[in-house]
Amino acid sequence: MDDSAMPFPLLIEMRGIVKRFPGVLANDCVDFELRHGEIHALLGENGAGKSTLMNILAGLYRQEAGTIIANGEVKSFSSPRDAIAAGIGMVHQHFMLVPSQTVTENILLGLDDPKFLLRLNEYHPKIEDLGERFGLKVDPRSKIWQLSVGEQQRVELLKMLYRGARVLILDEPTAVLAPTEIEGLFQTLRSMVEEGKSVIFISHKLHEVMEISDRVTVLRRGKVTAAGVDTHTTTRQELARLMVGREVLFHIEKKSQEVGKVILSVENIQADNDKGLQALYDVSFQVHSGEILGLAGIAGNGQGELAQVITGLRKCTHGHVQLDGEEIANRPALIAIERGVSYVPEDRTQVGTAANLSITDNVIMKTYRKPPIAHGWALDSKVATQYAEKLKDEYDIVVPNVETPVRMLSGGNLQRVILAREISSQPPFMVAVQPTRGLDVGAIEGVHRLLLAQREAGAAVLLISEELEELLSLSDRILVIYEGRIMGELKGALGSQGVIEKLGQMMTGTPLEKILEGAV
Amino acid sequence: MADSQPHPIFKRRWTFPITIQVEPRLVAPPRWYPWLISVGAIIIALIIGGILIAIVGGDPFASYAHIARASFGSVGVFSDTLVKATPLIMVGLACSVAFRMRLWNIGAEGQFFLGAFGASAVVLAPLLPENTTPWLFIPVMILAGLLIGALWGFIPGFLKARFNVNEIISTLMMNYIAVQWNNYFIFAIWTEGGFQMSKMFPHNAWLPRLTDFADQIPFFRGLTTHAGLILALISVVIVWFILYRSKWGYEIRLIGDNPQAGRYAGLNISRNTIMVMMLSGALAGLAGMSEITGVVHRLQGAISPGYGFTGIIVAWLAKLNPFAVVVVSVLFGALILAGREIQPSGIPKMIQGIILVCLIASDILLRYRVRIARRNTGMEEA
Repeated sequence: MDDSAMPFPLLIEMRGIVKRFPGVLANDCVDFELRHGEIHALLGENGAGKSTLMNILAGLYRQEAGTIIANGEVKSFSSPRDAIAAGIGMVHQHFMLVPSQTVTENILLGLDDPKFLLRLNEYHPKIEDLGERFGLKVDPRSKIWQLSVGEQQRVELLKMLYRGARVLILDEPTAVLAPTEIEGLFQTLRSMVEEGKSVIFISHKLHEVMEISDRVTVLRRGKVTAAGVDTHTTTRQELARLMVGREVLFHIEKKSQEVGKVILSVENIQADNDKGLQALYDVSFQVHSGEILGLAGIAGNGQGELAQVITGLRKCTHGHVQLDGEEIANRPALIAIERGVSYVPEDRTQVGTAANLSITDNVIMKTYRKPPIAHGWALDSKVATQYAEKLKDEYDIVVPNVETPVRMLSGGNLQRVILAREISSQPPFMVAVQPTRGLDVGAIEGVHRLLLAQREAGAAVLLISEELEELLSLSDRILVIYEGRIMGELKGALGSQGVIEKLGQMMTGTPLEKILEGAV
Repeated sequence: MADSQPHPIFKRRWTFPITIQVEPRLVAPPRWYPWLISVGAIIIALIIGGILIAIVGGDPFASYAHIARASFGSVGVFSDTLVKATPLIMVGLACSVAFRMRLWNIGAEGQFFLGAFGASAVVLAPLLPENTTPWLFIPVMILAGLLIGALWGFIPGFLKARFNVNEIISTLMMNYIAVQWNNYFIFAIWTEGGFQMSKMFPHNAWLPRLTDFADQIPFFRGLTTHAGLILALISVVIVWFILYRSKWGYEIRLIGDNPQAGRYAGLNISRNTIMVMMLSGALAGLAGMSEITGVVHRLQGAISPGYGFTGIIVAWLAKLNPFAVVVVSVLFGALILAGREIQPSGIPKMIQGIILVCLIASDILLRYRVRIARRNTGMEEA
């Protein structure tokens, strides 16, 4: 073909794509093009229509209007099978793998190649070779459930590569990865491009887009606001403006204020994780009224267990948790709730809400026991509905009505439901775990404002996060946790040079004293 | 260039030119929609049943007309339909309560038998002398039915809460124990002259029937509808209040939808598991009590044509809504009654089965939008 002689020839063109869902125009006449050998970022807030557009390209949805041109031919995909046959493969946010089967079995699933007899041993080396070529190391013989999330993602990529995909669509691939795994993924993407593949990278994280992509297309509310802009000619602020339609404050004004008395005191906590292995070792700290204490650390270093011990959802094997001097550890979770510990859990859909219940039912989860919602045994549904309406307005929950089941809500709206519930009771203490994970820029800003408002109102806040920028801009002090141990505490000038470096060292296991010794 | 060819590992299969696309619903359907779907499913079920009747050589219209006449045709048969519906309402409620919390109590049959046993024990043990006034006799029997049923629900509830024993298995197995428990008493202890049944209860231990008032109101002559229906309707109101208007009902719904969220909200899941199983067992036990004192009037082997299992179907068809349970129970009461009239008697059972399948299948329409689209293969050029 003539095109292939040119640098970055056009590989895919989508023209005038329209897709409607009930009540939403998800894609409004969207144009998108992908060139050969590029990493093209598709940037946009939650609900901007990124996934919809790519699901159309991957054959999962059908557009209502518009054309797809791949390799110079007009294509019409009615199933992912058609799309992959044209060389387009998508790795979804939620993996499509069979947990009880091996890597090889998952990769071969749905193919015609092993005709009747499944001689897996013949296929293991093929898959190993493929993995080698693209830097996707994973043992083809292991079962999916034994693999980490990062490894499962590699299996998804291998699945697409094995099917001969030349265009790989990755839907928010970094959302499930730890920072170190993200770096590995980026290397893989670069090596795939070197091997002649093209990548579409769906994200709402600006720094990742800046780091990995060659070009970027920005969607906002189903419309293109920037089409195929060269990433190196743009800036984060510019992209953020295109994404949300207004300037985002990257540095929120935080009033300086005196901290008050100790609200929560954690002493020498030890606790096991779900597998019965020790997850926390002698963790101690205090949180004062009017202060945000940040807890930094790479996911899975005991943060989740710590939050559960404080909120009474996990037993600790040793130590004390005191709220205003009253012991709350190893007591029913109800005690913590009644004493005013509010908890924004990391898992919004599995822990924080009941998906099929209405917004009303979800916001009264912690207040239904008391008047005015409760009258003795009875529950006043009218008062509950009024309460939900009030929160809906105050916290900008965008839904037609409060009877909507929360499974219909977007990530940002869901988090607003949880925050509305947890904050409206004006709790003296609050634990927030990854409160902005997976949210778009506008929603993140909203969550940050709410947390700072809590601080100003005199609450004690424990903010557990992986996002260093978030911790640095919100926290008064930062603790770092690594493998269940506190590595050290930073306070004072958190904006100063060297802080991020110190945090990074502590997050990878060097205690603060060691760092300081080294510096002297 | 090989690029424009489909990858060789895919071979083209012949595909049907039209596809049915199923997309998840992104907004909740209007409130009337589920009911429309249910009515539609029942109509489709009746059409399928009609076709089957026609295939075996029957006249579907005549059959349906006969079924309708046999169960709704006169005051007398409608009264009989209500007699059949009475235990179904209570058992349907028992299942609805448990299913709301995703506790799959399929032991309503056993709880029904033991409720009947509890009520009988009051007369036969005897806990009260034969000449006790009905004003004491019947309340004590109601209490006995509720308590023994609740106890039979407590056991699997406790096992589930304490040792995570699967309640489907334990409740199913306990059905057999309950039946044999009753048999032991019928055969060995309370047998009347070697027959496998107890003696007849004294009249003051019977739930009053309409026909008992025929002296005052001649219209009621021969009508067997008994006060158990009132017990059932009171239960409906109480269960509705618990499920939709009480704190406990909210907790049941919350745990049923997401137990982790329930724990997060500070609920004691174990305690709720036991309490819901006890309430479920008590309602099924009440159904047994009502049947034994309202219809059978003695303890014997065949006191249930599988009411406990039909209750599961009733609960599902009613979408676990207590008032809908009443409607569905009357419909099923009618089909049970028609089974006596229609030959072969399997026809009404078959219709029950088809209705269940259609209604359960129709649920997909609540969660998904189904569209029919022309398949464009997109491969033709290749």
